[in-house]
Amino acid sequence: MRAILAWLEERTGAPSAIQHFLDEEIPASAGWHQVFGSVAMFLFLTQVFTGIMLALNYAPTPGEAYNSLRYIMTELTGGALIRGLHHWGASMMVIIVVLHMVQVFLWGAYKKPREATWMMGVILLLVTLAFALTGYLLPWDNRAYWGTVVTTQISASAPGAGPYVLRLMGAENGVGVVTFARFYAVHVLVLPPLTMLLILLHVYLVRRHGVAPAPGDEVKPKQKFYPRQVFKDTAAISLAFIILFSLAVVAKAPLGRLADPTDTTFIPRPEWYFLFLFQLLKYCEGPLEILASVVLPTLGVGLLFLVPFLDRAPVIRVTKRTTAFAIVILAAITWSGLTAAAVRSTPPEAFAADREGPMEWRDLTPEELAGVSYFKSESCGTCHTLGLRQEGKPGPNLGAGGAARDAAWMIAHFKQPASMVPGSQMPSVSLSDSQLNALAAFLLKLTPQNAMKMQDIPQYVLDGAALYQKNRCNLCHQVNGVGMKTGPPLNGLAHRRDATWVKGHFLDPQKFSKDSMMPAYPFTPQQNEAITKYLMSLP
Amino acid sequence: MQYNTDNQGRRGFLVRATQALSALIGGALGIPAFVYLFTPAKSRSTGGWVDAGDISQLKLNAPEELPFRRVRMDGWKIITEKSTAWVVRLSEKEVVAYTPQCTHLGCAYHWEESKGQFLCPCHTSNFSIDGKVLNGPAPRPLDRYLVKVEGDRLLIGPEQSKAKGA
Repeated sequence: MRAILAWLEERTGAPSAIQHFLDEEIPASAGWHQVFGSVAMFLFLTQVFTGIMLALNYAPTPGEAYNSLRYIMTELTGGALIRGLHHWGASMMVIIVVLHMVQVFLWGAYKKPREATWMMGVILLLVTLAFALTGYLLPWDNRAYWGTVVTTQISASAPGAGPYVLRLMGAENGVGVVTFARFYAVHVLVLPPLTMLLILLHVYLVRRHGVAPAPGDEVKPKQKFYPRQVFKDTAAISLAFIILFSLAVVAKAPLGRLADPTDTTFIPRPEWYFLFLFQLLKYCEGPLEILASVVLPTLGVGLLFLVPFLDRAPVIRVTKRTTAFAIVILAAITWSGLTAAAVRSTPPEAFAADREGPMEWRDLTPEELAGVSYFKSESCGTCHTLGLRQEGKPGPNLGAGGAARDAAWMIAHFKQPASMVPGSQMPSVSLSDSQLNALAAFLLKLTPQNAMKMQDIPQYVLDGAALYQKNRCNLCHQVNGVGMKTGPPLNGLAHRRDATWVKGHFLDPQKFSKDSMMPAYPFTPQQNEAITKYLMSLP
Repeated sequence: MQYNTDNQGRRGFLVRATQALSALIGGALGIPAFVYLFTPAKSRSTGGWVDAGDISQLKLNAPEELPFRRVRMDGWKIITEKSTAWVVRLSEKEVVAYTPQCTHLGCAYHWEESKGQFLCPCHTSNFSIDGKVLNGPAPRPLDRYLVKVEGDRLLIGPEQSKAKGA
C-alpha cells in the first residue's frame, strides 16, 4: 500500500494534493452551519448518477419517452427506486441550494472579497432551476406536457426577447418533438458540464478566499478541514440521503397519463417550488401580467446578484444581523403565503389528477364492472355526467374527482337521496343491497382520467360481469385477486379452454370434468355468450 | 502554527464514522443500480405457439426453410418480427425445427442438397440432417424450436433451451 502511494506520489502528486486539500485551514467558528454546500454537491452527484442510470433505459422522443419510463418503473427491478431518487432528488436539490444561500446570506459571507463566490452561487441556483424546468418535460405525461406549455407561453410574453426565446425552445408551433429534443439536450448535454465547471470555479473561489471567518476568529486557533468538518459534512449528507431514500421508497414518483394535447380537462400545475410564481401570476391581470411573469422574477434575480454590493458594511456577528434575518423571514413569509394560497385554490381535480385510477376495464373486478352495468341500466347518466365538464344535467358530475364520499355514504344516499343531501331531487335507486354495493364500488374507482374510458366498456363485459355478480361466482372463483379459491381462478382462462368448452361447461359441468362440484347454470344462449366472452377476455 | 485539533481517540472515531457513512451511502446507491442493470426485465410473456404453415407436402429428410412471424417484447415495445426455421421431417412421426443461426457465431447456414448437410459459410461448420456437428468450429448441435403438429399445420414455440423445464 505504501509502495503504491509512493509510486502515485512520484508520478502524479495526487496523494499530497489530496492531503493538501484535506488539511485546509478553516476558522475556529466553522461548524454545522457550513454543511449545506457539501450536501448540495452530493445531491448533484447523486442526480448525475441516477440520471445516467435512467438514460440507460430511456428513449428521448415524445411517445417512446413515456413508454420507456413506464417500462423502467414497472418492469425493471429497482427502476421505480432509481426514478424516485432522481425525481425527489430534484426537489431536495432546490431546497438545499436555497438553504445554502440563506446561510451565506445570514452570516454575511458574501462580503468582500467573496462577492464573486456569491455571484457564482446565484448562477448555480439558476442552473438548478433550469435543470428542474427541462427535466419536468421528460416523462411526457400530461403534467409534463401541460406544465411545459405554460412555461413556454410565459417565456413568450417576455418583451422583445419573447419570440426568440420561443424559437430557441422549439415551441413556436406549440410544444412538440423539437421542444422535447431541445429540453433533453439541455438537460443532459448542456447543463451537467456547465454545472460541474461552475461548481469547480465556486469551490476554487471558496478555497482561494478561505471559509468566511466570524468576528473574533482571528485570535482563536484555526482548525483543519479533515476530519472534524469532513465528518460534519458527511453526517449532514447522510441525513439528507436518508430523507431522499425514504421519499423514493415511500412516495412513488408520479407518472400520469401519456401527454394528450387535446385533453382540455387537465389542469396544469407547476412543481411546488414554482407555485408562488404561479400564484403571483393570478393576481396580475391584463397589462400587469408581464409584471409577475417577467419583471418581478428578473428583478428578484438581479437583486440577489447584487446583494454583495448593496450591503458593504463590515462583517459583524451573525446574531447581530437583524436586517438580514428580517429580510429572510419576510421572504419566507411571502413565499409560504403565496404557495399556501396556490395550494388552497387548487381545484380538487388537480389533486385527483395525480391519482390515475384503473385505466382498463380488465383492471376492474367483476363487482365494479357490474356497478358500471347498473349505472347504465338505472339510467344514472340521464342526470349525471362522468368526467366531461357539466352539460347542464341536473345531477353533479361524478367523474370530476370532487369531494370523495365513502361507500356507506353513497349507499345511504342511493336508498334515500334526500337523507344525505337535503333537498336532493334524485329519485331513490331501486336495486338490491349487493347491487348498490357494486355501484358504489365502481364509483369509488372513478377518476377524471378514467371516467371517459369507463363509458366505452363493451356491452358483453358489462353483461358478463353482471351475471357473474348475480350468480355469486366469486364464492368459488377468483378474478383479479378477488373471490374465493374453491374453484380454479378465472384469469387466463382463454389459455386453458376454448369458448365452446366454457359454454358447455356452464350448462353441464360434470359432462366436461367428472369430479367437478360446480352446479349447472342454465343460461340463455345470449347470457352464456356474454359471460363466456367476458371470462375468456380476462388477462 | 497552533491548531485546534482533536485527541487521537476522537479523531479515530470521526475518521471511522465518516468512512462508515460513506460506505453506507455508496451501498444504498450501488446495490439498486447493480440490480437494475443486471436483473432481466419482468417478462410479459408473449411467447406461445405460432403457425409456421402447412407441412403435409414436406418430404422425408428434405429440409425446408419456413418463414413465420412471431411477437416478442423488445424492451418496452411489443414487436412482430419475421423469423425462419429449418424444418425437417426426420421420420413419419418426428418433425424438428432448427433455429436459423449457426451455433458458432450466429451466421445464417443453409442446406447443401448435394452433400446432404447443413453448411455455414462463415467458418465452414457442417451439420448433419439431425443437427449434429460434423466438422468445423461449432460448439454444439443446431438449436431447436419446440414444435407441435396439429393436423397439417406446424406450430412453432419458443427455443427448446430457453423454454421452461428444458
